Amino acid sequence: MALAAEVRIEQVAREDLVMFVNACFSCTGQREFYGDARGQSVSIEFLHQYILGNYRRLYRRTLAAGINHFNQAQIILNLLAVGSPADAAERREEGALIAAALRGLPSQRAYRVLESLRSRHINNRRTRAIVREYLSGRSSLPFDAVKYRAKLRAAVVHGHLKLDGELGPFLFHGWKKRVYTQPLLETFRKAHFAQEALYELPYTVAEGLAQKHGVPRDVFLQRIEPRLTQAERLRLQESAAREGGVEPPVDLSRAPLTKLALYALSMTDEVREARRDELHTALERASARVLARAPASLGRVAAVLDNSYSSSGSLQKRRRPLGVALAAHYLLSASAREYRAFWTCPVEEPLRVTARGQTDLATPLLDALAWGAELVVIVSDGYDNDPPKAVAELTRVFRERLDPGRRTALVHVNPVFDAEEYSPRSFGGAVATVGVRDAEDVPTVLGFARFAEGTASLAELERYLSARVASWLERDARRNASVEVGVAPGAPVSVEEGEA
Amino acid sequence: MSDARLIQRLEPKGLRLAPSQVFGRIRLVPVLRDEVRGDLRFARRDYSDAVSVVSLEGPLTGRGLKYVSYIPHGMVVSWTHRQTEAVFGTRLQAPEGKRVKVGPVPVRLLHRMVHREDRNQLRMLPLHLAMEGFLALHFGGPDIAWAEYSREALSHGLSPRVEGVVPGWASTALDGALRTFEVHEKQVGMLLFNADELLSAFIVAHPDDYRLLHRTLLEDFYGDLLLQYGYLMEAPELGLSLDAKRVSSVEDLRAEVARMRADWAAFHGFMAGGLFGVEVTSRKVYEAGPFLLQHFHTSLLPSEENHLGEAIVSPDGTLEYLKTYRLSAAQTRRAYLLQRLATSGWNLDDAAEELGSTRQDLVLRLHNAGFGYLLKDHVLEEARRSKARGS
Repeated sequence: MALAAEVRIEQVAREDLVMFVNACFSCTGQREFYGDARGQSVSIEFLHQYILGNYRRLYRRTLAAGINHFNQAQIILNLLAVGSPADAAERREEGALIAAALRGLPSQRAYRVLESLRSRHINNRRTRAIVREYLSGRSSLPFDAVKYRAKLRAAVVHGHLKLDGELGPFLFHGWKKRVYTQPLLETFRKAHFAQEALYELPYTVAEGLAQKHGVPRDVFLQRIEPRLTQAERLRLQESAAREGGVEPPVDLSRAPLTKLALYALSMTDEVREARRDELHTALERASARVLARAPASLGRVAAVLDNSYSSSGSLQKRRRPLGVALAAHYLLSASAREYRAFWTCPVEEPLRVTARGQTDLATPLLDALAWGAELVVIVSDGYDNDPPKAVAELTRVFRERLDPGRRTALVHVNPVFDAEEYSPRSFGGAVATVGVRDAEDVPTVLGFARFAEGTASLAELERYLSARVASWLERDARRNASVEVGVAPGAPVSVEEGEA
Repeated sequence: MSDARLIQRLEPKGLRLAPSQVFGRIRLVPVLRDEVRGDLRFARRDYSDAVSVVSLEGPLTGRGLKYVSYIPHGMVVSWTHRQTEAVFGTRLQAPEGKRVKVGPVPVRLLHRMVHREDRNQLRMLPLHLAMEGFLALHFGGPDIAWAEYSREALSHGLSPRVEGVVPGWASTALDGALRTFEVHEKQVGMLLFNADELLSAFIVAHPDDYRLLHRTLLEDFYGDLLLQYGYLMEAPELGLSLDAKRVSSVEDLRAEVARMRADWAAFHGFMAGGLFGVEVTSRKVYEAGPFLLQHFHTSLLPSEENHLGEAIVSPDGTLEYLKTYRLSAAQTRRAYLLQRLATSGWNLDDAAEELGSTRQDLVLRLHNAGFGYLLKDHVLEEARRSKARGS
């Protein structure tokens, strides 16, 4: 009796954790095609509190599982809010994980976390230490002080920190001080009075000041162009062409895979057709870069890709499911020995795909099975409606009658979080469903898929997580050390092990 | 010749149904057409006025029979073999009708329900056409001057005859359902269910037209049933399963999925059985080249589900256009009473006998249905008194 109860407890724990990690891969609390933003955020918040309350050790270790930034930030905030654990070893591990996660986040998101500490009234000794350590590790604090001035000030005020040199006066007096010796701070001060100084500031800061000086938008865009970051260039393409007449040139060879796919999908069909070769090579290179970081060599792979109308996403996540599908197409074709793609609404040229039509996943899935794939990856939001529940039934019968030995692996990669089920929507028990935010995560989630399938035990999941924690912390320590000795930050120091 | 094209029984010829898409309690069933003729096209025309007044008889302004309603859009129908493709999405049209302001309220005056604009072009007011046909049923009132009827009824008939309807945007579920609906490639129409009760059917001739007209379903009007069953959050899931025993290869699996698809279509056909396959009474409205525009209603028996609508049928009997409205129970009762009265020559005693009740009961039923204004006061009073006495 006791044994049965224990087995059940273990099973519940495993299911909870798999659900949580899956949610953390995909959910960002934003509006989806079928679900609204409110439902999404309530759902994910509950999930965080539930896991934190019941499985704290695994909750913090999820930070290292490769989850998306939104959920990393949530975990950091929730852990800091509840205070440090009593056990010294646990405390050490948790501190190291939080510090590493914060360092790993993009600057704007990390500063956002620091700012949220204030709005959520989180202030304890550990929190202050974490903030202090994070700020001391920043390579150029004056730059941060200019670009993220309000957020940095919030963190400094909230954590009672003392910044040395001119940073303190800069944060609290700003441009009203007479003069700064730090060149960037001085530029910021000057830019409030002289237009010329604008163009040496980061774009986001200069934008508001340009408005203040009444600089025409097209002049501003042309002159600020050298200061634009990659993401800003991608983001500005359309509006700059509309208002300034000139698009900022964008170096496609450096853009990340999913961003690139979304950028390609944002163009009209004619433009995509005209720039086909350029986009195609850029996407191929981007996926090669992803594979260099997380090598995955797969055999005979079929991808069933959903380009139905619901893959157009929402206003907040425009075309993201379709972008993930397109990016996954390039990634899988680069990593597989043999590869074929099956779209729900067949397309001749993957680059010209649009979100249109009903979700008929059964036909492409049957084609993929008939082709004899070893691994079938379904990229879809999980709503199949022509006919409904066809994939669940089809895969059940396929496993039961045609493939009881599991020769063909079926994995469902879902970029959409379903608030009501607290997890990405699944196709029943025969297919492992894993959440994903960017296609870059696909190698990671393929490694995680065996837990979602339910074949691996809780102990294995714990081992998996602790192995990831160890390698993650080691990598972070290496990166930290290399930054301190002054290696250029762009060098590829992050090498992620592939699991699949 | 035109009689042969009048619909006796609605048949979904040339159409097939695809599996439904459910959002909350709304179930939308796509209607697909495999063979598209391409010579009958529909385009939308927006009217942004608070009220529209359609003159059914007589001049645009001045005395005559009028139909007053909120009409958010009309439909432009064009038919020809040569120019149809150009009409798609065309906006080069002169302003239609006449706009007047009554206080702050803009009112549009329109000429007739169906108005020919060009040699091969017609403007019609979708669903209002069918509704007008329904309101005009026995509109003339008693044709024999029985003593029980009021002077108003004898001289003006049923005028004013009023029915209430529910606009689509009154239901947030319908809004969500239409927004998230994934339009099929060959889709030309839609069956709309609320809590698995058929509310409306909308079918056009060309898939491109349907794609453009899809959102107009939100502006159209529906019966009270759209707002009923509000506590039902989800329409029940219809799970069809595959038979594992019949599968021994991937091809078998494919056949099974095809069978599943066919089962879905058959089941939705069954769900729409209150509209398709039942006897209807139809009347010709307009002859548009080879096509016949008509409106129809089903039996109007209160025990059955009743629809009214308008349709265009091509010479070979294919359903090219259909738009229907599900009558609410009260509307059916009203129409039924009028129908009974009319068949018995508006004689209250005969009608009561035919309905298997008494004259007093019939009078009260008429009053409760909203037709009290047809009868003289003392007749009503007498009926009420005898009811109170319990005889």
